[in-house]
Amino acid sequence: MADILNIGGWELTSRLFLGTGKFSSNRLIPDVVEASGTQVVTVALRRVDIDFEEENIAGYVPKRSILMPNTSGARNAGEAVRIARLARAAGCGDWIKIEVITDNRYLLPDNYETIEATRILAAEGFVVLPYMSPDLTAAKKLTEAGAAAVMPLGSPIGSNRGLKTKELIRILIEEISLPIIVDAGIGRPSEAAEAMEMGAAAVLVNTAIATAEDPVSMARAFGQAVEAGRTAFLAGLGETHNKACASSPLTGFLRE
Amino acid sequence: MSFFDLLCKYKNFDYDAFFAQVTSEAIHRAITKNRLNEMDYLTLLAPAAEKHLEELAQRAHSLTIQHFGRVIFLYTPLYLANYCINQCVYCGFQAHNKLARKKLTPTEVEQEAKIISSTGLKHILILTGESRYHSSVSYICACVEVLKKYFTSISIEIYPLEEEEYTRLVAAGVDGFTMYQEVYDEEIYAELHPAGPKRNYHYRLNAPERACRAGIRTANVGALLGLNQWRIEAFCTGLHAEYLQRTFPDVEISISPPRMRPQLGGFMPPTEVTDKNLIQYMLAFRLYMPRGGITISTRERPQLRDRLIRLGTTKMSAGSCTAVGGRSDSESTGQFEISDERSVIEMAKMLYSQGYQPVYKDWQMV
Repeated sequence: MADILNIGGWELTSRLFLGTGKFSSNRLIPDVVEASGTQVVTVALRRVDIDFEEENIAGYVPKRSILMPNTSGARNAGEAVRIARLARAAGCGDWIKIEVITDNRYLLPDNYETIEATRILAAEGFVVLPYMSPDLTAAKKLTEAGAAAVMPLGSPIGSNRGLKTKELIRILIEEISLPIIVDAGIGRPSEAAEAMEMGAAAVLVNTAIATAEDPVSMARAFGQAVEAGRTAFLAGLGETHNKACASSPLTGFLRE
Repeated sequence: MSFFDLLCKYKNFDYDAFFAQVTSEAIHRAITKNRLNEMDYLTLLAPAAEKHLEELAQRAHSLTIQHFGRVIFLYTPLYLANYCINQCVYCGFQAHNKLARKKLTPTEVEQEAKIISSTGLKHILILTGESRYHSSVSYICACVEVLKKYFTSISIEIYPLEEEEYTRLVAAGVDGFTMYQEVYDEEIYAELHPAGPKRNYHYRLNAPERACRAGIRTANVGALLGLNQWRIEAFCTGLHAEYLQRTFPDVEISISPPRMRPQLGGFMPPTEVTDKNLIQYMLAFRLYMPRGGITISTRERPQLRDRLIRLGTTKMSAGSCTAVGGRSDSESTGQFEISDERSVIEMAKMLYSQGYQPVYKDWQMV
């Protein structure tokens, strides 16, 4: 049976989402999308410029991909909501990744305002994917508010520091019924695989791909890592132990 | 604690003695540290750090790529008016200089806006001299009203205002703010600003805070390099930027390191700031504030600007003109001579050739 990720009525076969803010040229985006196999690409509405076709970042996202505008730059729920509505009016579709950031030093999200924006936008029919600090209560409230998935950060945006919030994400995966998509902080393919092995529904990667020496090859590596991690999760990982475990057990004869 | 209180901490600081004791080890420690404190920043501004510029540059470059990506944000200045009642001894637009004074009418603003927007730029910086009579807040709001049709991000570089006036401009559509303190040393400031409202050091010093409180999204500060010892001014600018970021975490903070340029009146800057000095400043600041913006204007010449892209720069002006209405009337006198006269297209081409994306639009008015 195919392993499908269902979000907002869409059936996705790729579990790698792509960010776009840091590429040396928008012209790389189609090749990166192709190499990674991604089906969901996020673009900051602040960068979308429908008046300037040649430089319009949204124009480089392949038509077969789902364009997920994000509310980068929003400082409160009201701004996030207005950005989302502008995105929809500009023809960017119904998906919206909510980013509400009131801290420029670490770019950590404001969960309270994010919940509020989620409630309003979900009621307006958006497919809402909120970026959040991993917190169980906030994730439950996002679920109640109508989010289509929850996107906790692995570590601060652009930090490439990996899954520093692993324990908190593990709890979200166990407790929240929505897909958990690890967004931000994933610096290498092995970390993406790790998130997938834990049972994350998907990961979103930007900096690690965009700032690699060869973004297209790195995109391919991430695509493979996400797939490997997912397959491992589905295959059922063995337990880890502090001591060696004999593969021929000593008490096996008792069952004979 | 106000920013002035913080500055006062360093009023009698013996910079020379501090710089004299800076060792290579201390510089190396500051370069490899995850989060630098004020003294680490000053350490990187020391003369001894000049020997470590490459090491600094490598770290600054990778931090810039990590936080901003391979992109450079573009903008262009639009001078609305050059009426000025100040007497800043170094400025081409100061009250005593004889030049044709002019302010753009809304129709002329629209003409200039059309010319600029045909280049694809969506971010504009509007400037005026200090004249509440000729360039009132209402006049600026009226210009913003016109510019909103063409640009999605409008910054101001005008005389300091009251918080309520900044609130009015924000409501009108302004999202960015630039104000150079010119010189943080209070005594030198008094000498260089002999008359006019700009004599009030404190009113200017506190203007960025008033703008941030009024809801501005981006704030840019700087010292005009050449008016005082650059290492001290660079240090104070960094402290100011850090203070603003700490106090207003939701505002994007950046600095400009403008060097004096030849201007009408022929003022000779008392101190020289070499290319190497400028670069040391930029690199040290990048390590001190990894997410702080660094704006490089067309005051710098093309060959140098091309190299500064890899040395911490995040934003650059392009297709600049420092004269009022200068894009439609080439006869008018500019505030200072620009060094890089390349068009927006030429700048974009150069950036692409260096593996950087020119970003024409980075904000959407909401």
